[in-house]
Amino acid sequence: MLSNSVIQLIAFFLIVTAISVPLGLYMARVFSNERTFLDPVLSPIEKLIYKLCGINPGIEMGWAGYAVSMLAFSLISMIFLYALQRLQYYLPLNPQGLAGVPPGLAFNTAASFVTNTNWQAYSGEQTLSYLTQMVGLTSHNFLSAAAGIAMAAAVIRGFARRSAKTIGNFWVDLTRATLWVLIPISLIFAVILVWQGVPDNFSPYVNAKTIEGASQTIAEGPVASQEIIKELGTNGGGFMSANSAHPYENPTPLTNLIEMLAIFSIGAGLTHTFGKMVGDRRQGWALFAVMSILFFAGATPAIWAEQRGNPQFSAIGIDQHASATQSGGNMEGKEVRFGITDSALFATVTTDTSCGAVNAMHDSFTPLGGMVPMVNMQLGEVIFGGAGSGLYGIIVMAVLAVFIAGLMVGRTPEYLGKKIEAREMKLAMLYVLIFPTVILIPTALATVLPAGLSGISNPGPHGFSQILYAYTEAGANNGSAFGGINANVPFYNVSIAIVMLLGRFMMAIPALAIAGSVAAKKSTAASAGTFPTDGIPFVFLLIGVIVIVGALTFFCAVALGPIVEQLLMMSGKLF
Amino acid sequence: MSDRKAPALWNREIVSRAAIESFVKLDPRLMIRNPVMFVVEVTSVLVMFTLLRDTLAHRMALAGFEFQIALWLWFTVLFANFAEAMAEGRGKAQADNLRKTRTETQAKLIIEGGQTKLVPAAQLRRGDVVMVAANDVIPGDGEIIEGIAAVNEAAITGESAPVIRESGGDRSGVTGGTTVISDWIKVKITANPGETFLDRMIALVEGAQRQKTPNEIALSILLSGLTIVFLLVVVTLYPFGLYGGTRLALPVLVALLVCLIPTTIGGLLSAIGIAGMDRLVQHNVLAMSGRSVEAAGDVDTLLLDKTGTITLGNRMAAEFIPVQGVDKRELAEAAQLASLADETPEGRSIVVLAKREYNLRGRELGEVGATFIPFSAQTRMSGVDIGGRRIRKGAADQIIRFVQENRGTPPTDLQAIVERIARSGGTPLVVADESKALGVIYLKDMVKEGIRERFERLRAMGLRTVMITGDNPLTAAAIAKESGVDDFLAEATPETKLRLIREEQNQGKLVAMIGDGTNDAPALAQADVGIAMNAGTQAAREAGNMIDLDSNPTKVMEVVEIGKQLLMTRGALTTFSIANDVAKYFAIIPALFIVEYPQLQRLNVMHLATPQSAILSAVIFNALIIVALIPLALRGVRYRPVGAAAILTRNLFIYGVGGVIIPFIFIKAIDIIITALHLA
Repeated sequence: MLSNSVIQLIAFFLIVTAISVPLGLYMARVFSNERTFLDPVLSPIEKLIYKLCGINPGIEMGWAGYAVSMLAFSLISMIFLYALQRLQYYLPLNPQGLAGVPPGLAFNTAASFVTNTNWQAYSGEQTLSYLTQMVGLTSHNFLSAAAGIAMAAAVIRGFARRSAKTIGNFWVDLTRATLWVLIPISLIFAVILVWQGVPDNFSPYVNAKTIEGASQTIAEGPVASQEIIKELGTNGGGFMSANSAHPYENPTPLTNLIEMLAIFSIGAGLTHTFGKMVGDRRQGWALFAVMSILFFAGATPAIWAEQRGNPQFSAIGIDQHASATQSGGNMEGKEVRFGITDSALFATVTTDTSCGAVNAMHDSFTPLGGMVPMVNMQLGEVIFGGAGSGLYGIIVMAVLAVFIAGLMVGRTPEYLGKKIEAREMKLAMLYVLIFPTVILIPTALATVLPAGLSGISNPGPHGFSQILYAYTEAGANNGSAFGGINANVPFYNVSIAIVMLLGRFMMAIPALAIAGSVAAKKSTAASAGTFPTDGIPFVFLLIGVIVIVGALTFFCAVALGPIVEQLLMMSGKLF
Repeated sequence: MSDRKAPALWNREIVSRAAIESFVKLDPRLMIRNPVMFVVEVTSVLVMFTLLRDTLAHRMALAGFEFQIALWLWFTVLFANFAEAMAEGRGKAQADNLRKTRTETQAKLIIEGGQTKLVPAAQLRRGDVVMVAANDVIPGDGEIIEGIAAVNEAAITGESAPVIRESGGDRSGVTGGTTVISDWIKVKITANPGETFLDRMIALVEGAQRQKTPNEIALSILLSGLTIVFLLVVVTLYPFGLYGGTRLALPVLVALLVCLIPTTIGGLLSAIGIAGMDRLVQHNVLAMSGRSVEAAGDVDTLLLDKTGTITLGNRMAAEFIPVQGVDKRELAEAAQLASLADETPEGRSIVVLAKREYNLRGRELGEVGATFIPFSAQTRMSGVDIGGRRIRKGAADQIIRFVQENRGTPPTDLQAIVERIARSGGTPLVVADESKALGVIYLKDMVKEGIRERFERLRAMGLRTVMITGDNPLTAAAIAKESGVDDFLAEATPETKLRLIREEQNQGKLVAMIGDGTNDAPALAQADVGIAMNAGTQAAREAGNMIDLDSNPTKVMEVVEIGKQLLMTRGALTTFSIANDVAKYFAIIPALFIVEYPQLQRLNVMHLATPQSAILSAVIFNALIIVALIPLALRGVRYRPVGAAAILTRNLFIYGVGGVIIPFIFIKAIDIIITALHLA
């Protein structure tokens, strides 16, 4: 690796760490209903919202009530988004006169945005009106992220409370996550993006003549406002089809850095929110450490593999070495203004979390470089993870880790003083089971059904990787595209939509149920004989469990996709 | 303490019985209780069908390979069954020993009018009262309502020295099958036939009443969940193979499945549980449920009675402290003389101390022509009249009065010495010779030897010890300090004991309590782990969830260790089992797709000879590792009280890292062997 890459990687990580602590502690105050400096402005708005919606913020819910509220909210907003897409032709703010979205695609898109996946089987600027983008998608970018953060807060409360029947009020958490966390941060950074050249207007598309004399249509629109929440809420659905590779979404290295930081900030911050709310900051740092080590474990080989380039190119005399005039490495599908490190790092960051924004085409990465994003997702999106979902995901993994190895200290397993018993184990296993189920079964179907096979653009293991990636990102609610697959067909639209919905809700429900179950328990006091979950052995144990569970589940599939492809590439065969 | 001896691990009789049992256990109705091994059995049957088909089609090379796969799959199931049968067999061997002690006895039932009637012991019912005289076998579990007797309890405890059992106190419980050696007792029967200790113990070690414990259930869920995940992985691998043009055969898919699912821990899980109970019985502790054994491993706070547990129960002379102007030796001599005929433990300890420190030989009173003045309730002192000297020892106020009566003046520093001793938890005994007070004997509640080390060990295990005593806080504090106990509860009553337990539990702690008296019963019932002494009252024995047949209060340490060991063994084997999968993947995956993608040879890091030998080696390793780990499952992982973090690091290294590395070595070794034998 180049020293430049190392410096960038470490600098990025240090900034993430620096941001995560204050943000996490701030969120802990927000979700503990403590005073924050924004209260004078936001409290009146909050009260007004409760009044308008008829919410009694004083009433808390059990885990089932919380889950039902979350599901009801998601269902209704999904129906609303579906209707908006279908009817956009008749609605205002449609200067291009774009037609209504066909049913399969509208279903897919609605499912995609309500699950915080933001898989885009369409190309934004050619399919969706400004109204659909702003009211439909941007609002979901906020609300689906807020719902995730709300669930994380609820799960944290489950571990923080003792002998409690409730884990919070979904509507309150949703409102506070939006008002106190997402909107203020988005406002600030949207302005910075505009300063860096990201447009934010309602103008019709511009027709320009290029220097060669060709004519080009340049899309416009309220980009900046959607851009920042796309990253902050780990949504990833770009305004433009090219996503963060597009110069209007991500014009400069500075915007690229801001976007990457935004992707990690909430997931990283929530670890500290967790530590603060359970009353032991070290517990939060332990999870942060686990996530950080896994992040480096992915980023390093990705940058290395991309910088090394394609040996086949070197063989025919193409210079892939970094120099003053070029970034070298495998530049296929990458933006020159970002180069290797920023592209590979972005790919790692966006798949560590369930963001899915891309500034380079993952499909064009070297097989090993492309394997990193896929493996990141297959580990369950717990490396900082989705807004909220990353935290409750890693908590479920921690419960599992504590159970498997916690026995080895000679006590019945406990996490944060909560005994892990049959019920928690059932729920944790349900969580662990659903993930490979929603990924492997559709992948298996798509690899044998003609409808599935017709969508891939390359033969052999690369085609297999395309299918595996598509369902992996859907199940992981990531939404990044491997590219190359033609997913805007009924088979993929519907199957991917279902996978996204199952991957989001069927995993969120067991997580909430675990929270409800542990909230009701007494908290056992720690002693010298208690399994310490804030030390280095636990960090490595949790990493081991995350990696081994992920590896054991997906090793076969990955071996037949990227691994075999890498081996074939090394022996001279490309796809 | 006399531990029941465990049969040798590979006792031939147990092994051969277990070998037969492992076939009986193939019955699917029994197998389904263990989902992991049930999957192995079902898939083994499927492989048999494939084998049959290929044999009939004369594809002999293929059938030979399939035959070996099927064979080892069946071995996998059989080995797991064998492990369970071994554990049960060891229990049965103990049960048989216990049964031998159960002889048909005749009971002298007391009927109306105080007459006795001979009836078979089996006809006794709860509430009957029987008379047991010397040399009679006590016909059933019960409580002495009248009389006192020496009882030989060797049948239950293995300890041949007789113990005293009497009505009214905390030593009133008797167990069926034990023998009265002297005197007589009237016993009220408290258990119907078939429900006695002996019966319960037999049932327990035989595993007849075995139910899955809470942690075992949770672990089974984990293992079943993993099994389903791997089922999913293997089932979807077939279409994945088809995509690349490989049609995977059923036997190899089954081989992969069986290697991946946690068969090691799945096969040994019940053996670990049975062996844990067995170890407890070897220590002469009877657990009423497996749940309490698991709970024992979690105990945070341990409540111990002072008397008999921490201290010897008798005060002993520790020091002679003369008043000013008196020689220490003079005091010692006087004290010894005053105690020569004193047969109480205190008196004897004074003689011994004087002899040890000043080499004053104990003499017979007759030798020196002395008259012993025994202790009486009126005088509250004892002593000796010798050659005109009247030496007395006793409580300070009494001796001071004695001195004054003899027109003497108590020395000015006497009171200070007395107070100092009282403050440090001792009992001051003042010695006077007529009108002259000589000094004070410091009587101390002697802390048992080695108890400090035991508490240190408990502390290292993460347990906090609390001493319970009826003494005043001053005395209690002194003894607590000397014995190294973490905390104490002085002037304890049944209510304060109960309150202490509740307070600890409200702080989220698990409490273990050891007791024997009826006034301990509420606390025993409230505690998470209540260990009752077998010699204790019926109320105490019913309130506890474990009974120590040796009535040895420090036994709790072994109980806690066994509980911890049980959980550790499960955790270690689970971690090992899952870690093993890494190597198995590297053995099998390249083998499955090597034809389609020869480049996958790079993943064959073990350089296994052929795809068939690779698969077979993994399956054979998977089966043999179960047998290899049976001793560990039965004996348990060694527990060292070094703190959880250190244990975790150590075990993660051995069973986690070791679990990843070991199969690479052994699969390679097996591959070399089967290649050399031309098996694949």
